[in-house]
Amino acid sequence: MSGLRILVGCKRVIDYAVKVRVRPDKLGVVTEGVKHSMNPFDEIAVEEAVRLKEKKLASEIIVASCGPQQNQETLRTALAMGADKAIHVLVEDKDYSNLQPIHVSKLLAKIAAEEKVDIVLLGKQAIDDDCNQTGQMLAAILDWPQGTFASKVVKKDGSLDVTREVDGGLETINIKLPAVITTDLRLNEPRYATLPNIMKAKKKPLTTKKPSDYGVEIKSSHQVLSVEDPPTREAGQKVESVDLLVAKLKEAGFMKS
Amino acid sequence: MLKIISLNGLKHIERKFKREVLSNLSESNNYAFLCRHCSKAVQQSKTSLPYSKGQDAKLALKQKGKRQKNIPFVKELFLGRFDKEMLLFPELDKYEDVEHLNELIAPVERFFTENVDSQSIDIEGEIPKELIRQLGELGLFGQQIPHEYGGLELDATGYARMAEVTAMDASVAVTFAGHQAIGLKGILIAGTREQKEKYLPKLATGEQLAAFCLTEPSSGSDAASIQTRATLSEDGKTFHLNGGKIWITNGGIADVFTVFAKTEVTDEQGNREDKMTAFIVERAFGGITSGKPEDKLGIRGSNTCEVHFDNTPVPIENVLGEVGGGFKIAMNILNSGRFSMGSSGAGMLKKLIGFAAEHAISRTQFKEKLMNFGLIQEKFSTMAVTTYAMESMAYLTALNLDSYVEPDLSVEAAIVKVFSSEGCWNCASESLQVLGGLGYMKTYPYERYLRDARILMIFEGTNEILRLFIAMNCLKYAGKELKEFQKLLRNPLKNPSAMFLFMRKMSSRKPKKVMHLNEELHPTLQHEAWMLEQWTQYLEKAVQKLLRQYGNSIIDEQFHLKRLADMAIDLYAMTACIGRTSRSLCMGLKNNDHEKTMTQLFCKEAVHRLENNFEAIMSGDQSNGDDLRRQIAEKVFTEHGYAASHPLTKNKF
Repeated sequence: MSGLRILVGCKRVIDYAVKVRVRPDKLGVVTEGVKHSMNPFDEIAVEEAVRLKEKKLASEIIVASCGPQQNQETLRTALAMGADKAIHVLVEDKDYSNLQPIHVSKLLAKIAAEEKVDIVLLGKQAIDDDCNQTGQMLAAILDWPQGTFASKVVKKDGSLDVTREVDGGLETINIKLPAVITTDLRLNEPRYATLPNIMKAKKKPLTTKKPSDYGVEIKSSHQVLSVEDPPTREAGQKVESVDLLVAKLKEAGFMKS
Repeated sequence: MLKIISLNGLKHIERKFKREVLSNLSESNNYAFLCRHCSKAVQQSKTSLPYSKGQDAKLALKQKGKRQKNIPFVKELFLGRFDKEMLLFPELDKYEDVEHLNELIAPVERFFTENVDSQSIDIEGEIPKELIRQLGELGLFGQQIPHEYGGLELDATGYARMAEVTAMDASVAVTFAGHQAIGLKGILIAGTREQKEKYLPKLATGEQLAAFCLTEPSSGSDAASIQTRATLSEDGKTFHLNGGKIWITNGGIADVFTVFAKTEVTDEQGNREDKMTAFIVERAFGGITSGKPEDKLGIRGSNTCEVHFDNTPVPIENVLGEVGGGFKIAMNILNSGRFSMGSSGAGMLKKLIGFAAEHAISRTQFKEKLMNFGLIQEKFSTMAVTTYAMESMAYLTALNLDSYVEPDLSVEAAIVKVFSSEGCWNCASESLQVLGGLGYMKTYPYERYLRDARILMIFEGTNEILRLFIAMNCLKYAGKELKEFQKLLRNPLKNPSAMFLFMRKMSSRKPKKVMHLNEELHPTLQHEAWMLEQWTQYLEKAVQKLLRQYGNSIIDEQFHLKRLADMAIDLYAMTACIGRTSRSLCMGLKNNDHEKTMTQLFCKEAVHRLENNFEAIMSGDQSNGDDLRRQIAEKVFTEHGYAASHPLTKNKF
């Protein structure tokens, strides 16, 4: 049986270690000159795909990213980790602020169909907008089963056993292929791209496309009204005894008197 | 009619064309330079290239063609000649090259931040084997090894850039340097194809580590006096090594050693003498023992130990280069890695400045944030300016090294090393000071960075030796040409016009504006351009005075040699800063006004130092205190220590 074809979606986000600052116009955060990197959950997705390929279960890994020119860096990192080819859907800076999971999922759906993939691996959510929507929307558009918040993926004959991290604990489901999987933190630990691999990645194919090539129009359905810092943390109070604590909680209205 | 030239647009034309164009323009009275101030669009848009399509052809021409030899910049300064090319701060040919380097840096930086526990490496005094394996997997042990042997084939610029990141942990950085900057560099520079094929692949992956064995108990700075011997066997097929080396980085963990030993060489006349030869020695050859790791002040994770050779058999195929040619190989190896100390130092300092700044911004004393106090501001400006100069010089040197087939930048590399090592030590100390008591505690990394920085002034050629190297090399170069004038002095009537020009140059004390350095630079750097020109001319005067006064015995006048070296260092640093700032201004890089401010301060302070050194040289040993210094030192040595009577001493009357 020939190996699975996998599509992995990657998003370029502000690096997790960077201290994010709100823009003066209060309509977003400062992104210029700030360090960016691949969304950590997407790295886990790429790693999972590469591991499947190493186990000879997958035959080709295609990575895709939607965004401005700089997204090519993210794609090259994925190629350096072990992906075979990359597709960059170029979205100009001015349209990028309108790009929403709904558009991304439509684009990925078209790519998945064109490339005839068997599995789409995505990060469960992006650390900049925390939407947690793309995977679910994509599965709906493709009418494929979905295994979200995956912490373990095992291939069975024509299907996948996916262990999901849910609020109540762990849930294992069996979904038929082709399927959409979104990755959670404990699925794997992504490898570092080694320098020789980064150099080899330059020779791997990277094609640039436009949203119009896939018939998708980036039109926003909502408008950001304001972006604000979270309220600064106020000093707490130290109390000497439990009774005093209860009294203060009642005072503040957190407990029924 | 105003002719407006885009300085930026000329960037990709062959440099000599640019000089011709510029020199033609300067003759006309009606021209103006318009340096392209990068519009926001250019800054943001990567597709807008700063040169027109018409110049693509010329760019292609330049790309593959490296020029043969460079004009030795600092040596020429000693003759009062300033090679203006040095003011055109070089750059990588393509934007993609810069991007590519950044792609290589990112995972390494991340790895170091997440996986390298510098504190425990320092306390344990060892780099864990697992970490070495991971670093090898990343590809960091073969940075300069060619692709065909499994390396990354980084050029000088790429290597310098990588050094900024690996400097995050000094022990790791020194382990790398011991392995590739010196340990296996000999094989890269002087190895035969067979030697490269045999050794480089395993060295590239870090499966085997390399070490450089030159220093001995009685031979540190005086490398030519080593006593380890290599005797050729009867059948002429094997050398036997006998001797001991000390303070060898990676000595206990390396499998491949570049060893320098004395061999008996017979020349054409049949005279026998001892000359140094370089050998590639495998630990597997036998007879090699490593001592226990030295307990050091800093870079404690780096393995430093004695290495002893007891009749170690070395096949003649393992001679590196030629028998008897070892000294030159040793010097070439050491010269080739030196410049990277500038970028690794800058990398370390940038981190320290960041940490210390966070502290100064948030810490309150006397109801004010530390950052509002002048004494704190002074520290940060010193640190920032020193880092800027270090970085500028390192990359100026590295980029130039990559532009020529036979570069002669040994003096420049030595300058970078001296400046960077001292700059790191001083700035690490200042950043510790900003934190006060906290900086002294082991819970914070400042004291470790300070301890790690101390070695920089000692290894890879002590700063004292390198200052003498800088001064003597330049004096030798200048002296050759000045010899011509000496002949002239003996017979002035033979060439009266040359004599007249020479006398006029000698007598005029004040420098004149003849070099037009400002034409190579952004218009706001006029003052700095003039300072550069002035002090080049003053340096020439100082050189002439010293050569006239001492002749060949200048070699013994170390006080003066140091002053000359310091003047050279300041001039090279100023050139690098000014050139880089000019480029930043012309290209409209972010914070270019900040760069200009830093360059202005650096030049101001450099000129003070230049003035002091110049006056000390010109005023002679009785005025500048040198005579007193000699007397004091002599007394201390006669008395075997401090010689003044105790202040409480009283006469018993």
